[in-house]
Amino acid sequence: MEIVKARKLAFEYVKLDEEGRVESRSRAVDDVDLDVQAGDFIAILGHNGSGKSTLAKHINAILVPMEGTLFVDGKDTRDESKLWEIRQTAGMVFQNPDNQIIGTIVDEDVGFGPENMGVPREEIWQRVEESLKAVGMWEYRSHSPNKLSGGQKQRVAIAGVMAMRPKCIVLDEPTAMLDPSGRREVIQAVRELNRREHVTVILITHYMEEVIQANKVFVMEQGKIVMRGTPREVFSHVDELKAYRLDVPQVTLTAHELQKAGIPLPNGILTIEELVEELRKVRKA
Amino acid sequence: MLRDITLGQYYPSGSVIHRLDPRVKLAGTLVYLISLFAFRSVEAYVVATLFLAAMISISKVPLKFMMRGLKSILFLLLFTSIFNLFLVPGEVVVRIWKLKITDAGIETAAFMAIRLVYLIIGSSLMTLTTTPNDLTDGLEKALGPLKRIRVPVHEIALIMSIALRFIPILMEETDKIMKAQMARGADFESGNLIQKAKNMVPLLVPLFISAFRRANDLAMAMEARGYHGGEGRTKMKPLEYKKRDLAAYLILAGYVAVMFAANRLKIVPALF
Repeated sequence: MEIVKARKLAFEYVKLDEEGRVESRSRAVDDVDLDVQAGDFIAILGHNGSGKSTLAKHINAILVPMEGTLFVDGKDTRDESKLWEIRQTAGMVFQNPDNQIIGTIVDEDVGFGPENMGVPREEIWQRVEESLKAVGMWEYRSHSPNKLSGGQKQRVAIAGVMAMRPKCIVLDEPTAMLDPSGRREVIQAVRELNRREHVTVILITHYMEEVIQANKVFVMEQGKIVMRGTPREVFSHVDELKAYRLDVPQVTLTAHELQKAGIPLPNGILTIEELVEELRKVRKA
Repeated sequence: MLRDITLGQYYPSGSVIHRLDPRVKLAGTLVYLISLFAFRSVEAYVVATLFLAAMISISKVPLKFMMRGLKSILFLLLFTSIFNLFLVPGEVVVRIWKLKITDAGIETAAFMAIRLVYLIIGSSLMTLTTTPNDLTDGLEKALGPLKRIRVPVHEIALIMSIALRFIPILMEETDKIMKAQMARGADFESGNLIQKAKNMVPLLVPLFISAFRRANDLAMAMEARGYHGGEGRTKMKPLEYKKRDLAAYLILAGYVAVMFAANRLKIVPALF
């Protein structure tokens, strides 16, 4: 079943001057078709200003399409009466961990979403416990968020979204402000949620290493989806990715360079183990 | 400089007072403050002193912490005492050149000083034994009836708790900006008061911009998590009165009764 379905989706930022006349328009999302199946782990890649965050905000109905349509779990995001249902179905985690934690204590923050939904008290506690355990932050339930590391804060934010029991989580560059170990923590937690709780994950990022686990990868450039496919398919096109100012994982790049130097390697090598295996084959041959 | 401002000066010691419902503590503090200004006799002040001393000893908060709050009003204390001492008319007791100290002056000065000191100690007792969170929760619940006259109690409480959460974050940010500007040659230390205030501009402008950006992000995050005002919201940690809270209210009532009685006693006649 499709959880997110976009057809010819477009959104424009209109800049007005002081008299309210249109000064400039920029098409942040342009003619996007997107299908996400329930249970998928998809990644959206793109350089700064490629429109990936704008697209993400549509899935949570923070922005509504100017042209085209977007259905989240069968509900049209332009239908205002369904707004809260949509926000509950598609939770959203933002970039800056400090600016999305509302509570002064970890468990209170995780309870914020269910409180807003009017969930009875006993159930709130149950959900808080479940979601904090799911991201491995249960021991920190009575801490102040200010004393946590970036990765921990971001996991608390994910737990806060999970407590609303969403079918789908949209993560808008959740690791951009974290150090490498925090980044690993967060991606690990997200992957676990996808695998164990079967939550659909839409990960927006510009770190290639995080994309390898995804089922499907979409590359955005100037508001358009320019590449789509499995990580292997997308990373086979190293030169094209470079043209979109994106990096490829180091291993893939090494394999690509070796290929260019005349060593017969297949396209789209993603892990070190694969490369080692392929190189062995080459030596034998 | 900025580190001295502590709003949440909570001192955890796990006493009974710490565990009381915040509403009891709010009511208690309010009643105590009113009682200080409603009664004016030596007997009543003896009762007030004993009550305060008893509460401090139960709270297990070191007296040193209570006194800290007094530093900030030291100037005000001296100022009012001196004015009261010299300017209240009455029978002259001491005369120094053109200044007269009267009996009523001494009395007023003494009472005002005691009132101010007890007021500060009394209210810091509350803030020292209540977490800022409990305090906002208590306020929200206690002011609940005001909702009927359209006071946005829930929103005010939420604003307060968000402000409390962001104080350390903005503090850290201030520190960062300050260091960044100092590295670029900004000078926050020297010059007179006006110059110092002017030097603050390169600190305040980026701080404000960042605070607005944060507010924008936070609003979006709250909306994304389904926040739509206080209506239809459930509470994860609702406040409920327990037996000890009832006992505390009784003690408070007892205190007020004793204050009334003591005020009537008049063992000590008017001082002069």
